[in-house]
Amino acid sequence: MFRRRPEAAPTLAIRVDGVAVPARAGESVAAAMLAAGLLRFRDAPAGGAPRGPYCMMGACFDCLVTIDGVGNRQACLETVREGMAVETQSGPRALAR
Amino acid sequence: MTIRDAYDAAVVGAGPAGLAAATLCARAGLATVLFDEQPAAGGQIYRAAGTTPLRAGTILGDDYWRGRRLVADFAASGAQHVPGAAVWSLSREREIGVSLGGAARLVRAARVILATGAIERPFPIPGWTLPGVMTAGAAQILLKSAALVPAGRTVLAGSGPLLWLLARQYLEAGAEIAAILDTTPRANRRRALAHAPAFLASPYFAKGLALLRAVRRRVRVIGGVAALAAEGSGRLEAVRYAAARGEQRLPADLLLLHQGVVPNVNLAMAAGIAHRWDESQLCFVPERDAAGATALDGIAIAGDGGGIGGAEAAAEEGRLAAIAAIRALRPGADLGAEEIAARRSLARWRRGRRFLDALFRPAFVPPADETIVCRCEAVTAGEIAAAVDQGCTGPNQLKAFTRCGMGPCQGRLCGLTVTQLIAARRGVSPAEAGHYRLRPPVKPLTLGELAGLPAGNAAMKAVARD
Repeated sequence: MFRRRPEAAPTLAIRVDGVAVPARAGESVAAAMLAAGLLRFRDAPAGGAPRGPYCMMGACFDCLVTIDGVGNRQACLETVREGMAVETQSGPRALAR
Repeated sequence: MTIRDAYDAAVVGAGPAGLAAATLCARAGLATVLFDEQPAAGGQIYRAAGTTPLRAGTILGDDYWRGRRLVADFAASGAQHVPGAAVWSLSREREIGVSLGGAARLVRAARVILATGAIERPFPIPGWTLPGVMTAGAAQILLKSAALVPAGRTVLAGSGPLLWLLARQYLEAGAEIAAILDTTPRANRRRALAHAPAFLASPYFAKGLALLRAVRRRVRVIGGVAALAAEGSGRLEAVRYAAARGEQRLPADLLLLHQGVVPNVNLAMAAGIAHRWDESQLCFVPERDAAGATALDGIAIAGDGGGIGGAEAAAEEGRLAAIAAIRALRPGADLGAEEIAARRSLARWRRGRRFLDALFRPAFVPPADETIVCRCEAVTAGEIAAAVDQGCTGPNQLKAFTRCGMGPCQGRLCGLTVTQLIAARRGVSPAEAGHYRLRPPVKPLTLGELAGLPAGNAAMKAVARD
């Protein structure tokens, strides 16, 4: 769905559901996932349907993922870090995260 | 980063209005802080202007690169920039609740300038929640901030300048566009004609014409489009629409929707600032005076958050709000020349806007019953219509009937649709139907963050409006 232009060559890697995903320092988690062809970020708590980023500016909350063990982070607002552990979500955030 | 308990001036939002306002305040010697949710200054129009991987002078166009000047001036002004900050409340006493790195705090300011900008108008069609359907603005953010371009079959649909700008930027960036589905109502052209003289004399005319021509030469454009729908199992597979040649189905990997932008009003509404329905822009706008001042003492609104006027007008509104703040705190400050310059420039950039408003005013057609209106709670247009038929009179009551608007986005993606749906179903004006009553916190806040606030009256007031 998206590809990187040559200027956006990856410089580090994050892990999404345990799989290495290349990323460029400074970009958002959502951008790195979309560039890797990952469209489904979570299954919605209401209705259970798959969802992914819609607005990319922090307004829609459809890109919620778990980052380094903390649930419901907005992937479009989080900047990638080497070794960051991202998990896609299913349903509501677990109480302990 | 050390954040103080109090500042002379606090600005919310680092787009053109906020950057210009904070720059002037700091230059005048006011202790100034600018809170912004994004990692880098620029807002959405100048998103990542100082950090984009794209090279200057290419792809994005001169208007975008002008944002670098605003960002650089701001960086040199002495104002404190707090990126990654979610502002979740503002009290009448000008106490700002803000979360940063998982910790919440309260910050006071003698003057507050809200520059929260715009969000894209909701565009509810069947299937718009499928992965692979995004807004045109979202796609442009991916281009500006991460140099991502679409791969595969890409369809742009809707109406408004941003749709065409994105198309040209994609063409410059070497991306292909399968089609542009233009939903602009044809009758708008006639209505816009009344405002044509001002538009012809405005800076927008030549730019707009060149843009349309450049895109139309290279992309298939289908006009008069209605009944848009996204289809797919688990992700977008095709776009359905009706046009002059009947119902069509277009296979697609990416559908980018847009029908203009509207003020991002959540923080201002939750602060208790009165808003009115604007029939020409089809949205709620805050009540404010020519310098952006609201009825709340010391709180002003600048830029698109006060009504859509575009980036250049926003910067001038930011300067005017800053001048008023400086005069209030530094009596005797001589800013006469700056004020005259800002007013002149603002008048120039406002010229021609009414033509654009009229030309791209979306027709409100109630979405088909199965269409999800509230993305967070998956409430459909049919459920909303049924609630109205059962006696629900407005958006607030609708929450109790259906949970519509009660998810984490707090009505940002459904509010205007709900107002217009209820108004149409009841046969009343959108002003009478009203909007959700918004309350702090306007961004999700964990109990841990709330509990970590210093206890006291101020903390209580920040989360409970009297």
